[in-house]
Amino acid sequence: MRDLFLAYQSLFAYVGINALLALSVYATLSCGQLSLANAGFMAIGAYTGALLTLHTGTSWPLVLVASALLPALVAVPLGLPVLRLRGVFLAIATIGFGEVVRLFFVNWSFANGALGLVAIPQRASLWLIWVCVGAALWVFARLRGSKTGLALQAIREDETAARSMGIDTTSHKLAMLSLGAGLAGLAGALEAHLTFMVSPAGFGFGRVVEMLVQAVVGGASIFFGPLLGAAFLTTLPEILRELSARTGLQPGAFRQMLNGLVLLAVILYLPNGLASLPARLRERKAVK
Amino acid sequence: MSLRLREVARSFGGVKAVDGASFEVAPGEVHGLIGPNGAGKTTLLNLISGLLQPTSGTIELQGRRIDKLPSNRIAALGVSRTFQNIRLFPELSALGNVVVGLHLKRQGLIWQRLLALPAPRREALQAEATARALLARVGMQAREADAAKNLSYGEQRRVEIARALAADPRVLLLDEPTAGMNRPEAAAIGELVRAVAREGRAVLLIEHNVPLVMKLCDRITVLNFGKVIARGTPAEVARDPQVIAAYLGDEEAA
Repeated sequence: MRDLFLAYQSLFAYVGINALLALSVYATLSCGQLSLANAGFMAIGAYTGALLTLHTGTSWPLVLVASALLPALVAVPLGLPVLRLRGVFLAIATIGFGEVVRLFFVNWSFANGALGLVAIPQRASLWLIWVCVGAALWVFARLRGSKTGLALQAIREDETAARSMGIDTTSHKLAMLSLGAGLAGLAGALEAHLTFMVSPAGFGFGRVVEMLVQAVVGGASIFFGPLLGAAFLTTLPEILRELSARTGLQPGAFRQMLNGLVLLAVILYLPNGLASLPARLRERKAVK
Repeated sequence: MSLRLREVARSFGGVKAVDGASFEVAPGEVHGLIGPNGAGKTTLLNLISGLLQPTSGTIELQGRRIDKLPSNRIAALGVSRTFQNIRLFPELSALGNVVVGLHLKRQGLIWQRLLALPAPRREALQAEATARALLARVGMQAREADAAKNLSYGEQRRVEIARALAADPRVLLLDEPTAGMNRPEAAAIGELVRAVAREGRAVLLIEHNVPLVMKLCDRITVLNFGKVIARGTPAEVARDPQVIAAYLGDEEAA
């Protein structure tokens, strides 16, 4: 067991970071907003953390706080105009923001442009990453069923009716965008201090799609869904690698194809995500 | 005066949906808003509750202008409503819907909640008890745990009224509260509306059930093509030749 843990230590670290990122997308999904700015927020957090560590003597806890705080603050002036948009328009506007951030770092010579920053000391330990995941899960768990949590659910289900109940929908949506941005920034700083490097290429559109898919496959209607999705989709390629090695089947393309098929199966048969599996099984039993 | 509309107009493109409507609703009054389909009744309710802004004219709540405010601010000032096409939160339970209606009355306690202190739990239980009492008031206490989407049409209407009452409004706007209900059910809603008005609330009611409106309302405003064509007590309105031509005449012929 100990050997297994050591062998897959970096995998567990990535599950944790991906869980934070999936939760950052879940934050806005929980009030019905499809915001895809999170790769941009992650980049801001990663660069903030890396630059503070490389150029100042800031202590590691303060680096993490700053890396979460800056994107959370940036989310406010971004959110005020774009959260007026709904559905696909919000998604497009926030993709635009993510690209602007990425291109900013590509062209920022102080941060080495497209090459990015290297030789960042490794400070993100496995336990620290999972403490962050635990804290994020705690916040979402406590929100559930609270006055604020109910207001968020009401906004998700019918924004107009929610406003008519006196719920200030704008500030609720803004708060969740900011919370998600903070989580993404935190994950960015953790990743930078785990992999020794940051580069703009890591924060493209593909990255935010990855976060979104993990949140949705895990189940975007309950707080622990994103964790399940991140764990499942981060470990699946590794499991398939093992399988193809042991069965002697050709790895490579075959593995990726299988990865896609599993994803398709989950979306088709568990539209509410992995988190809905127990309820789904109970339902089937009841029907029989 | 709880609610006062002066020359309120709203047009969509070239169409004048509401064209210079003026009337007042007093505390404790049940005020009927009637008129043929497309007369602008629902548009008027949307203007009062802030889902739409008037093109011209003013709307005052207790002397304070509300016609430029967003709908959540208007709700906070004491205007609550139901919707013609029912807008409950479909996945929430009947009870959950009414608890959301209590939003303005509840304490936030978000930090205490994050620290897992006991106060928010007590507050939530209190809110649930209040919501339960409101569900009982509309006769829905037995269905509190059911998701709103699984309730029948009439049941959904009743939960929506409970949700609107949860905000403890000064002005209650009801858009066809008895649509889809049978006669005893509609009569029960009529009783409830009277009781709500007796608590000193102003009720503005859109209703197609003419006998019910005539029995229930203290005063009636009749709209046709966005204009007020008559106003007064039910008896006065029923005698008005313009009303008979535009609206009641059709009913009698049918």
